[in-house]
Amino acid sequence: MPSIPGGRRGNKKGKTDVSTAEHAEVNRRDFLYIATGAVGAVGAALTVWPFINQMNPDASVLAMASVEVDLAPIAEGQAITIKWRGNPVFIRHRTGPEIEAAKAVKPEDLPDPLARSANVKEGDPATDENRVVGGKEAILVMMGVCTHLGCVPIGNEGDFAVVEGSTKHGGWFCPCHGSHYDTAGRIRKGPAPQNLPVPAYAYLTDTKIRIG
Amino acid sequence: MSGPSNYKPTTAFGKWMHERLPIMELVQGQALDFPTPKNLNYWWTFGGILAVMLVVQLVTGIVLVMHYTPHASMAFASVEHIMRDVNSGWMLRYMHANGASMFFIAVYIHIFRGMYYGSYKAPREVLWMIGVLIYLVMMATAFMGYVLPWGQMSFWGAKVITNLFSAIPFVGESITTLLWGGYSVDNPTLNRFFSLHYLLPFVLAALVGLHIWALHVPGNNNPTGVSVKSSQDTLPFHPYYTMKDAFAIVVFLMFYAAWTFFSPNYLGHAINYQEANPLVTPAHIVPEWYYLPFYAILRAIPDKLGGVIAMFGSILILFVLPWLDTSKVRSGSYRPVFKYFFWIFVIVCVALGYLGSKPPEGAYVTWSRILTAYYFAHFIIILPLLGLLESPRPLPASISDDVLAKKHPAAVPAE
Repeated sequence: MPSIPGGRRGNKKGKTDVSTAEHAEVNRRDFLYIATGAVGAVGAALTVWPFINQMNPDASVLAMASVEVDLAPIAEGQAITIKWRGNPVFIRHRTGPEIEAAKAVKPEDLPDPLARSANVKEGDPATDENRVVGGKEAILVMMGVCTHLGCVPIGNEGDFAVVEGSTKHGGWFCPCHGSHYDTAGRIRKGPAPQNLPVPAYAYLTDTKIRIG
Repeated sequence: MSGPSNYKPTTAFGKWMHERLPIMELVQGQALDFPTPKNLNYWWTFGGILAVMLVVQLVTGIVLVMHYTPHASMAFASVEHIMRDVNSGWMLRYMHANGASMFFIAVYIHIFRGMYYGSYKAPREVLWMIGVLIYLVMMATAFMGYVLPWGQMSFWGAKVITNLFSAIPFVGESITTLLWGGYSVDNPTLNRFFSLHYLLPFVLAALVGLHIWALHVPGNNNPTGVSVKSSQDTLPFHPYYTMKDAFAIVVFLMFYAAWTFFSPNYLGHAINYQEANPLVTPAHIVPEWYYLPFYAILRAIPDKLGGVIAMFGSILILFVLPWLDTSKVRSGSYRPVFKYFFWIFVIVCVALGYLGSKPPEGAYVTWSRILTAYYFAHFIIILPLLGLLESPRPLPASISDDVLAKKHPAAVPAE
């Protein structure tokens, strides 16, 4: 390797301080090389971050983060779908048999034994009580987004609806890849890995909730 | 790059230019005089066809953007505006939509040709890998383009495909939120897909440049798989292959025009003429035909993450194909057993495509699983073993020998 002229401490007799394989001592120039490179790499990484982070939800998207819903017009056995943060939310006024069917299953026997509700602690079991809020077990509020690949499940369908004669009550079926959810929105059959998530919501009055 | 260039500038301007930018030398050496095996058949014309299709997509795409509005509330109407109001807008849009399908037909033939004739084998591994990269970028481009009309299938296709990333442990949810720019596919998603759909074709063009560069180092493979040994084996690219390619391109364009003018919506989905509705999923979601085999693989695995891994794995495995095929003989024409397995593999791919278009129930699922297993077995069991067990037929001494033997079979007397 040819010697590099201009070492910091001079090379009057044709010698050089630049480290070579023969005397691999760390000198000032090595330090400067590494320090410059390191600062450059950190700077480049910091510069890249805004270019990636701009893709995350912006302030206007975050501003739509809560919605209020009046439950009074929803009669027993009826369901409505509202849009919250771009996604459908199912609100169902469940019938007695639907609630009984949901309570008849032990959480530990479910494919996903966790409640998946933002209103209880993270590891809580998927009991029917944990899927609703404030003990108001007739009102089931949950995201209408299949936990498999994001399709909207169809209500009053699937193998886990309550069957009365020729009609089905409660239960959801995802037409995309065939996931069946029960009357509490818990996954029972099919490729979806989790129960339909229950968003954070609270009762403002007896018949009014705020989601988000 | 191979082949010495004997370019000599003749005009005064030519000499002046040559000293400053020797571009004419490059053109003559790489595009006109480039020594090309003289036995290339019509399967070799699909490279040129693909180059033409890329240009068609770029040109039609650029003019469509002059009339399209990338906003969730206006995109669907602006596509209808293109179809009804813009002069020749209907034709430009049908050219672009069917052009994508033609692009994929050509690329699939091109890939299978490479597989049959062993074009991925040494010294063309990097050429092949750049090709796989081109294919991946093509799929990403086509996917984002399909979202832009903002119909029901656009929206739900986008939702399902971006949700594939949510299968990634721990960071999956954050990645989908980042991709969407929100909590669902919405206007921010449409905007960024539009931006990237415009960018990626130019990335493709650059990759095609690298692909041709990597091709011109060893030169073309050929139907015998025997390397070029002397100038007896080659012809200059121009006029021999410019003309052969041009003929094939014209025939292919007739095929393309037949779709565009007589059956422009056959390859699409009627439900995409319904505007996107985030609250209602169509009863039967199907991707475009060119993704169907991979969609079948995704659905064959009963586990969310496993399905996603299998689907991406089925494409990524192509990157290591040059090292999985242990046979030293390139061309399938001289491999009596490989030949059968090659055609079985082609049929399996087509069958997976058929299964991908069917609902995921009953026998369709069973068959998807069997064929998915076979797809992977072809690469990781059959190809490595075949190279060790099969005895290939004797290879011709040279390309020239092979061509002459076909013209004047030695066994048949001249009279």
